[in-house]
Amino acid sequence: MIGTAIAFYLFAAITVAAGFMVISARNPVHSVLFLILAFFNAAALFVLLGAEFLALILVIVYVGAVAVLFLFVVMMLDVDFLELREGFLQYLPVGALVGIILLIELLLVLGSWVIAPEAAGVAASPTPAITAVDNTRALGQVVYTQYVYLFQAAGLILLVAMIGAIVLTLRHKPNVKRQVIAHQVARTRETGVELKKVEPGQGL
Amino acid sequence: MTDFLVGYGIPLAIIVAQSLALIVALLLVTAYVLLADRKIWAAVQLRRGPNVVGAFGLLQSFADLLKFVFKEIVIPAGANKGIFLLAPLVTVTLALSGWAVIPLDARMVIADINVGILYIFAISSLGVYGVIMAGWASNSKYPFLSALRAAAQMVSYEVSIGFVIVCVLMTAGSLNLSAIVEAQRTVWYFIPHLPMFVIFFISALAETNRPPFDLAEAESELVAGFMVEYSSTAYMMFMLGEYVSILLMCAMTTILFLGGWLPPIDIAPFNMVPGVIWFLLKVFLVFFMFAMVKAFVPRYRYDQLMRLGWKVFLPISLFWVVLTAGVLVGFDIVPQH
Repeated sequence: MIGTAIAFYLFAAITVAAGFMVISARNPVHSVLFLILAFFNAAALFVLLGAEFLALILVIVYVGAVAVLFLFVVMMLDVDFLELREGFLQYLPVGALVGIILLIELLLVLGSWVIAPEAAGVAASPTPAITAVDNTRALGQVVYTQYVYLFQAAGLILLVAMIGAIVLTLRHKPNVKRQVIAHQVARTRETGVELKKVEPGQGL
Repeated sequence: MTDFLVGYGIPLAIIVAQSLALIVALLLVTAYVLLADRKIWAAVQLRRGPNVVGAFGLLQSFADLLKFVFKEIVIPAGANKGIFLLAPLVTVTLALSGWAVIPLDARMVIADINVGILYIFAISSLGVYGVIMAGWASNSKYPFLSALRAAAQMVSYEVSIGFVIVCVLMTAGSLNLSAIVEAQRTVWYFIPHLPMFVIFFISALAETNRPPFDLAEAESELVAGFMVEYSSTAYMMFMLGEYVSILLMCAMTTILFLGGWLPPIDIAPFNMVPGVIWFLLKVFLVFFMFAMVKAFVPRYRYDQLMRLGWKVFLPISLFWVVLTAGVLVGFDIVPQH
């Protein structure tokens, strides 16, 4: 067990340190890279818990796709971050006030938190022991049988968001030449080639 | 304390020894695969290829290694030094770490994890970071353009690779690579999943930035893409990482579609040959196809590449996922474990 404990404290410490560096790094690209480091170590913590499927999904979705887009956007931004930092002290009181209010609200909610007596039964029921069935199968059984409607609803919401984003940004410019592969393939000798008899000295 | 040493020290030593053995073997294979790539390319163009260092140029890769190592590392003044040096390390580390879960033979695998295929998918989707970091940290125009291209390209082709993998693992009923190979005892999956085999092969070319999809380093447009500012060992590490990840993709094609270490026919002369030999032969066959494609297919234009990924491969592979699931349930042949 001591090996697991060492690994846990190592990964947890790196996660927290990387999380801190995300908000304190001067260069935004460094921030995103530290965010990736934090994701990685969070995935390692999942592995320690025996949730290898969640760990790898975290890496694939967040590190492999979401963080790539973050990095993409941050790299292309042409923002002078020193200029942004200049007003820091001016906005500090307002920011601190919002932060403190949020903290107090969170503490109030956590303070009055009571676990319902039936919750333990619900949490324990759907997944069999980790030794009986591997966690890909266990997750599949829960998500695709008991919660299939919620799962489908979540999928639909994402689909609507995606269509919305496309509709908002799609522009059809009128005078732009576009390549239509079907038209190219459908060309025949008759439509593609024109033979002309050119008289000497006449031109076309 | 002795418990700790016995409990963790000995397994750790075994894992380290296994990993080192695999890495050394892999680097040797990579050296000759690189040579083979150049030789095949040369043969298609009726040239001789490297033939001076050693007999038939067999030691060319080692000569190149020495040349790279003894050159000076030039770091551009405007570069972000830390990330500039981190990028090649990331590329090589990710490419090598993918091999930890590849089964070379029955039970001949360093980490036989339950979600091996997801691990490979995760590792190969992280390969884009080496390119983006190199492109951005160089603080130069061509590398940056190249990094943007590479990021979009690799993210696009990952989607269809993901669907192809879903098809295979539904048929095999497992995410474990050894189990997927064992499930192909009756029929190798390139027969029932032939369209997916083709899509996976082409997507693997795109995912590893191989020609005809080497837009990230298209020398006629971007000089050498994200590697423009790199020299000596750092450049060599990019090359090494690229070839190791190409081999990884060849190994994945072998495991998912060509039956891994299984012999082609399970009768006397064939099944006496060790599985590693079959595995390597299949990997080299797939690599030969990679090399031939490089030699005679012209480079795609960027919009054609995007069209192929999103408008052709994605719908076909999505349809095939539905079809596979339908056939498996309809004929009641869902694999039970």
